Amino acid sequence: MSDEQKPGLRSPLRRKLLMGMAALPAISMLPRASFAEAPATSAVNTTGLAVTDSEVTVGILHSVTGTMAISETGSVEAEKLAIEQINAAGGVLGRKIKFIQEDGASDWPTFAEKAKKLLVNDKCAAVMGCWTSASRKAVLPVFEQYNGMLYYPTFYEGLEQSKNVIYTGQEATQQIIAGLDWVNKTKGAKTFYLLGSDYIWPRTSNKIARKHIEGHLAGAKIVGEEYFPLGHTQFNSVINKIKLTKPDVIYAIIVGGSNVAFYKQLKAAGIDLSKQTLLTISVTEDEIDGIGGENIAGAYACMKYFQSLDNPNNKAFVSAFKKMWGEKTVIGDVTQAAYLGPWLWKLTVEKAGSFDIDKVAAASPGVEFKGAPEGNVRIHENHHLWSKTRVGRAKADGQYELIYETADLVEPDPFPKGYQ
Amino acid sequence: MFGDYSLSDLGAIFAMQGFAGLILFSVYVLMALGLAIIFGQMGVINMAHGEFMILGAYVTWMTSSAFQQYLPSLFPGYFFLAMSLAFIASGALGMLVEWALIRHLYKRPLDTLLATWGLSLILQQAYRSVFGAREVGVELPEWMMGSWQATDAIQIPINGMFVMGLTVLITIVVAYVLFWSRWGRQVRAVVQNRVMAGAVGINTEKVDRYTFGLGCGIAGIAGSAFTMIGSTGPTAGQLYIVDTFLVVVFGGAASLVGTIASAFTISQAQSTMEFFLSGSMAKVLTLLAIVAILMVRPQGLFALKVRK
Repeated sequence: MSDEQKPGLRSPLRRKLLMGMAALPAISMLPRASFAEAPATSAVNTTGLAVTDSEVTVGILHSVTGTMAISETGSVEAEKLAIEQINAAGGVLGRKIKFIQEDGASDWPTFAEKAKKLLVNDKCAAVMGCWTSASRKAVLPVFEQYNGMLYYPTFYEGLEQSKNVIYTGQEATQQIIAGLDWVNKTKGAKTFYLLGSDYIWPRTSNKIARKHIEGHLAGAKIVGEEYFPLGHTQFNSVINKIKLTKPDVIYAIIVGGSNVAFYKQLKAAGIDLSKQTLLTISVTEDEIDGIGGENIAGAYACMKYFQSLDNPNNKAFVSAFKKMWGEKTVIGDVTQAAYLGPWLWKLTVEKAGSFDIDKVAAASPGVEFKGAPEGNVRIHENHHLWSKTRVGRAKADGQYELIYETADLVEPDPFPKGYQ
Repeated sequence: MFGDYSLSDLGAIFAMQGFAGLILFSVYVLMALGLAIIFGQMGVINMAHGEFMILGAYVTWMTSSAFQQYLPSLFPGYFFLAMSLAFIASGALGMLVEWALIRHLYKRPLDTLLATWGLSLILQQAYRSVFGAREVGVELPEWMMGSWQATDAIQIPINGMFVMGLTVLITIVVAYVLFWSRWGRQVRAVVQNRVMAGAVGINTEKVDRYTFGLGCGIAGIAGSAFTMIGSTGPTAGQLYIVDTFLVVVFGGAASLVGTIASAFTISQAQSTMEFFLSGSMAKVLTLLAIVAILMVRPQGLFALKVRK
């Protein structure tokens, strides 16, 4: 029985349409297929990077041992997933991505050493890596000296910009200001209690938060600001202070093991997060896994991505991620930002038509990734990303429910005027 | 800072603050007891103390998961079984470590520092390989969460009271075992004069092994209890180790009373200052005060009087 006998295909117009549709996937492959051969290596690689006719080498540099392994594991997983998907779709300029993974071991000098190894010995065309600001600061001079390209996934305090780094997470103003405006407008919040772990990111972020609260929110004030050593596990005293000052909003930037202790003790002390507004910028789905959903249910988080985001890109990303790394894994903001790294690099290389670092750096501004799980993102002149800011509310099952998102992409502003 | 508040508000806050101090005190005693036995009685500097605690925490996590899956009806009571299992697991690992590692180093106490530090790194990586690098969340039975409403304004965390009760119980048991039981006498005899104790027929090797096992077992219980207030991850033990040594050294290494007294002093100082100053500042001042006191009294608050 041939197709012609099917009544549905009798109309010539319909047949043409169907043929056109069948050809659609082929059209999307055209740039690669029509030239048949990938561009010559000598043309796309003039500076001696590890690019062959069939392969290009990139580096992955995260801590898989030591304290930071808790956080960085997700980033490694996301980057490997992205690389696998890119390879399955034909690679970059016709070349498969091969990755070399190095372990920063939660130790900043080790990060610098491994970065040098990846750039000098392995001649990686790009490196996806680092998590803490301390590790990024340690590798930055290496990337600038040996002219490498780093894709850095974490939301961070800003105050930095480099030709050799693409920041795929939010800088502080993107993450903080929209959230404060939201809580001020919808909750009528006037009094804020700022908390943080004692190092650069929470302190800089709270400084921006303070400037914004005192300078831009009418009648709002800060009733307390406090920092705790990393690893602090006893929060009963500060919880009593919170009870005494009764702030409208607890603004918490506590990280690591302290996080778990803080939320468990907050709950034990009888502070009910369904009544007391708590806004955090440091708890992703990854952290909730350790804290326990029932201990943090009701808290609000302000970042750019939640696993529960309802769009086709994200659904495909989540199911691919779970297929590769197990049903139980959760995906936090940074994991998603890490996933953007290899894709943005691929798009930039294809835009530049070259793997050369200088050309990639120059081509970066304006590169758009429409397939990002968080929705469309675009690289800014300052090498940070335009992205939306979102507020989610934690549920007992460990996921966030999206409450609010900015209408437009928020401009990254790593050196905010009036906030320093 | 108190001008704007009513008297009853302040009263309630101070009552809760008092409890916060007592809870911190219990936490310190609980984490230091095991180390006080090992460091105080045996002179072994056990840097892997935190990892023995975390073993207890992981055992608790496994028990909790098992109960949720197979015996959900008994879930409210699982914590008691979990603590016993934590004691057994950490104690057993402790005895194994003593046999394989520590007993060869009794004559070189400073080397135990290096050996146990290495052990702590090995254990951390072992946890990471077995349980994964991410933290695990231990689910608690409903009755252990939340707080007890003493009056309208005063709320006391239930898990805090649980830790307090547990600490009192374990301290009494340890004191009884060390000071009134036959085995405790043997331990103290070995501590005071190993050769002589051996000469009168005490099996010193066995005493050593059980003492080390007991110390590690108590660390396991502490770790199990701390799943209620802290995190459970491969490196979470590191959060406790500094405070633990602080308490033991400040109290006078060989004295149980000293450990308790020092835990009380440090916890009260810490929690009071944390209330009036900030968290980081309180820690700095506490440490400064301890350094100053140790300069004057290097042997700690309470020290055994021995002939030199």
